[in-house]
Amino acid sequence: MSISASTLVVTAKTRLAEGLVELRLRHPGGERLPDWTPGAHIDLVLGEGAVRQYSLCGSPRDTDEYSVAVRREADGRGGSAYVHDSLQVGDTVGFGGPRNNFALVPSPRYAFIAGGIGITPILPMIRQAEELGLDWRMLYLGRSREGAGYLDELVEYGDRVAAHFSAEAGRVDLPGWIGGFDADVKLYACGPAELLTAVEQIGAEWRPGWMRIERFVAEIAPSARSTPFEVELARSNRVVVVDPGTSITAAVRDAGGSILTSCATGLCGTCETAVIAGTPDHRDSILDEAERRDGRCLMPCVSRSLSDRLVLDL
Amino acid sequence: MSISSSLAVPVQAPHNWEDPFGDEILADPLPFQERLRETGAVVHLAEYDVYGMGRYEEVRRALLDWQSFPSSAGVGLANFRTEKPWRPPSLLLEADPPLHNAPRSVLTKLLGPRAIRHLQEEWAVKASSLVDELLSRGDEFDAAKDLAHAFPLRVFPDQIGLGEEGREHLLTYGDHAFNAFGPANSRVQKGNETIAGDSAWVAEQCRRENLSADGFGAGIWAASDRGDITADQAPLIVRSLLTAGVDTTMHAIAAVLSLLAVNPAQWARLRSDPTLARVAFDEAIRLESPVQTFFRTADADVLVADTVIPEGSKILMFLGAANRDPRRWENPNAFDLSRDPSGHVGFGMGVHQCVGQHVARLEAVTLLDVLIRRIRAIEPAGEPTRHLNNTLRAWESLPVRVTLD
Repeated sequence: MSISASTLVVTAKTRLAEGLVELRLRHPGGERLPDWTPGAHIDLVLGEGAVRQYSLCGSPRDTDEYSVAVRREADGRGGSAYVHDSLQVGDTVGFGGPRNNFALVPSPRYAFIAGGIGITPILPMIRQAEELGLDWRMLYLGRSREGAGYLDELVEYGDRVAAHFSAEAGRVDLPGWIGGFDADVKLYACGPAELLTAVEQIGAEWRPGWMRIERFVAEIAPSARSTPFEVELARSNRVVVVDPGTSITAAVRDAGGSILTSCATGLCGTCETAVIAGTPDHRDSILDEAERRDGRCLMPCVSRSLSDRLVLDL
Repeated sequence: MSISSSLAVPVQAPHNWEDPFGDEILADPLPFQERLRETGAVVHLAEYDVYGMGRYEEVRRALLDWQSFPSSAGVGLANFRTEKPWRPPSLLLEADPPLHNAPRSVLTKLLGPRAIRHLQEEWAVKASSLVDELLSRGDEFDAAKDLAHAFPLRVFPDQIGLGEEGREHLLTYGDHAFNAFGPANSRVQKGNETIAGDSAWVAEQCRRENLSADGFGAGIWAASDRGDITADQAPLIVRSLLTAGVDTTMHAIAAVLSLLAVNPAQWARLRSDPTLARVAFDEAIRLESPVQTFFRTADADVLVADTVIPEGSKILMFLGAANRDPRRWENPNAFDLSRDPSGHVGFGMGVHQCVGQHVARLEAVTLLDVLIRRIRAIEPAGEPTRHLNNTLRAWESLPVRVTLD
């Protein structure tokens, strides 16, 4: 149960385009994976504990497999190089989430702008819009056709998708494309920072909430630990050691304590516990970015510790 | 998707001819639930030509598996694919992903632990004044009517932002809505006599202008301003709070009070460790399961424990039976605060798990906290009586006698 909540095994690794691979991930025991919605991402803990976020780009109807696509970043921090060069089918990776800061909200019409690897959160969105029979358009931007993933699928949507490669066609007319939509349209954009800044400037007059943007933030994510940590139960004055592969709830239970949980997968929030000291390693689907940084509570059914000791209000 | 435990050839489900919605079983469901569990993992309920599941593992898995067992065909006996719903379907309870996602996400945030924590202080004051009023009248009272039913009505409608007028409609509307998940028996027919007026009142309260500016209702309308949901969806999502947030919590609080009244050692234990209030409440939800049953519909032929459930079949999930399944729970019928009730399915499980569970827990814990400070012992003071509902397990009356500190 405890391992199940925080580990995935790589079941396939496929080259999609130049410098782009897709990973398929499953639970090591074949169990059902936590539900997600289009726009969601997961954390993967790679190699020596590097934590990276990847948008889920498969189908939310798939109960036991996640798909993510990873572009090799020449000037990256090593996560993408690890995935491209070292990660093998059969390898195990830690994971957290899924979480969604980029949820697809209801609308009669959508416009999507995907720049490069920004296609990944957009893919499940266009499939959902298509499933619901809604009106949508997409602008897919990239440097070159050779480096663009998922073109085969996108071609099937015909003229709903406009693909624009700067190596072939130069600069795209972003204001022209965005200016063509009426007030009912909700616009989603994901891609490089300069693209998103341009989109925001053009959409400055849009109704708040009608234009939604996801930035791939290169935040300095602390490394996840692969060693045991201690949990101090402040109210009962006890210390419990949590080994890798064991959840805080399981460790507390094994030590004769109890934390009320319900879903046990970081979704429902029943086990939320106040953090008195220490730095949590959040793996839940509930807390938003500010709440995670804040670090004043955690979901012990899946979350862990970055510091040697966590002091919890238990 | 199948959830088969082996590669054996699919078998037909064994039959049961009892009426799970009849007075006899509703009044005392435990013997029937045991027969159901022991008959098979999946049982054909011949009276209604539907299937039933009463074992923990299969119920839990089916609740998680919205792909195989969708809710959009209705979570009552009626199949919305072939029958007209009695009201516009719920955007939460009677919807599946992807349409379910946005309404659910709005309520998850609005009703989450961090969003509601600040209410505890105000609710504690209201709980204290209710308990003061009650105890000033003597040492005997009706723990169902005077306490379990009264307290949620003092806090929840205010928190939604409802006006004072007409709140009695909440009870008749909620009772009917939960009856209407069952067959059109005498309970539903009785509710049909007043439901038009109840429904009209409820619909009126869901409008933005009839809700206070700072409650849950206003929070739902604010989400439509942000574009998180559409303006058409907002009133129906408010309606979900009115339907699902009142009766359920009343009956859950009655459940924990009834169990504490007949288990004096557990009352003493709770008094000595008030942090056990959450465990006490969830243990009561497990044992009494205020929402006893919900239907799902098979999206295709689905294999469950070697039994094939044909496409389009209705399947009744017996949450109460699963929560007493001896395969999962040691000494399942005991109310025991040393037990870890984590994982019970009384709030459901998966994408449809009760989105108001944190509100319910906060109401219950707040009230219990006041009670254990004032009351040394609580015991039955007469025969309790059940209120029968096709879906809910409820108390009509729960006479108790208390000894104060």
